[in-house]
Amino acid sequence: MTDKTMTPEEVVSRLRSGMTIGIGGWGSRRKPMALVRAILRSDLTDLTVVSYGGPDVGLLAAAGKIRKLVTAFATLDSIALEPHFRTARQEGAFELTEVDEAMFMWGLHAAANRLPFLPVRAGIGSDVMRVNPQLRTVTSPYDDGETFVAMPALRLDAALVHMNRADRLGNGQYLGPDPYFDDLFCEAAAEAYVSCERVVDTAELTKEAAPQSLLLKRTSVTGVVETPNGAHFTTCTPDYGRDEAFQKLYAATDWPEFAERFLSGEDESAYQTAVKTWHEEQSK
Amino acid sequence: MSTEAQQQTSTASRAEYCVIACAEAWRDNGEVLASPMGLIPGIGARLAKRTFSPDLLLTDGEALIVGLDGTAEGWLPYRHHLTMVTGGKRHVMMGASQIDRFGNQNISCIGDWERPARQLLGVRGAPVNTLNNPTSYWVPKHSPRVFVEKVDMICGVGYDSAEAAGPSATRYHRLPRVVSNLGVFDFETPDHSMRLASLHPGVTVEEVREATGFALTIADDVPYTREPTAEELRLIREVIDPKGTRDREVKPV
Repeated sequence: MTDKTMTPEEVVSRLRSGMTIGIGGWGSRRKPMALVRAILRSDLTDLTVVSYGGPDVGLLAAAGKIRKLVTAFATLDSIALEPHFRTARQEGAFELTEVDEAMFMWGLHAAANRLPFLPVRAGIGSDVMRVNPQLRTVTSPYDDGETFVAMPALRLDAALVHMNRADRLGNGQYLGPDPYFDDLFCEAAAEAYVSCERVVDTAELTKEAAPQSLLLKRTSVTGVVETPNGAHFTTCTPDYGRDEAFQKLYAATDWPEFAERFLSGEDESAYQTAVKTWHEEQSK
Repeated sequence: MSTEAQQQTSTASRAEYCVIACAEAWRDNGEVLASPMGLIPGIGARLAKRTFSPDLLLTDGEALIVGLDGTAEGWLPYRHHLTMVTGGKRHVMMGASQIDRFGNQNISCIGDWERPARQLLGVRGAPVNTLNNPTSYWVPKHSPRVFVEKVDMICGVGYDSAEAAGPSATRYHRLPRVVSNLGVFDFETPDHSMRLASLHPGVTVEEVREATGFALTIADDVPYTREPTAEELRLIREVIDPKGTRDREVKPV
């Protein structure tokens, strides 16, 4: 069977500028940060980013990689407002499609099920309709005759998600409390790339965890990347929690200074080393 | 006023009246998920569950439904949470950066949406919340900058906007109350405009008027927010919030 393991650089080499890229996780939780960092090191630009936004959105916005963002919010959870998202919006740096959390979910469901849209009781009455004049409504063909938003499919050229474990074939496992919408992101995408804390043998996956933890099926996964601490600084329960001290630093530091210190290295391990060095300085 | 009540008036803090006013939002709600956003609503929800609304469901802020002692009783990842919303078995109390006379709420951005003066969170789940499950609001600092004539971006749908959007918007739409550090507000008026329902003891009608950027409906005789019972005060102070974090959200007067 196909061995799908690859490096973050190989993932990025398969992406193109102008693509629509979905990013899994939620806020500052289990974000595929190592893959985002690989994009930051690349020439990729002009991206349409589809995400329940966290620091993935902030980093890509600060680096000028986003042409258009599709989201319901951007937050760092323990820090309510994402600083670089805010700055980018206040500078008019990218186009925004702002939809509700449920609309977003049904957009992914529609794409995953190869439907043009799905009806949702959300959006009408709110300014989501005003700022998205492209949205249409649909009337129930049954006796109720109710009108709903016809949430268009959020089709993705590529999805990036981070799992606790995966095998070489692309079966992905989450061990934390919430799958978020990572399976939907992968199913909504033409190609899906899964980073994970550890690549293990298939038989290892269900040795200590229930089969329900097997979230991603290899049919919807293109590539598997082992990136220990790859969700840093977001949560990756139970492997590790959020690096709150580092997230604070990220939120409080001017972008050029932060990028120079942590993101100018040649690969992910350079980043991890820079973070480790910073923590060592803090504990002195 | 009884002697006992007077005594309690002098001992309950403003934050504690706010806790009571939030807790009351979940009275008689039955077996639904209470989703408090903000510190004082969180204390209020737990107080309600400990006392008059024991059947409420609470989460740990992540994906577990937990009892008062933290015992997990259910799994509620975001995808199920959203079904709880659209199924209507939830009463959320959201924050509001702006709220208007008909209960339209904004947490997205201040200024022109195209290029906001201040970008905030985004619409989050406010559009789906307001059309599907009862949605109340909590404003820790009542001011004309929050209580505005017209919000800059309608996230949570108010009564006028739901009416204009038609029957599928109004079908399950309900905004039970707005609690601020000054009082409790509802929409129990013929045109569903905001009404002052009760004042927290120590607050005057004039104060509320001055802190509100639109004309409120105010009855001649506005009641006060009810007193906490001795047992409720004990629960708030000794069990639910022994560190007194509530006073940081609403400062003692």
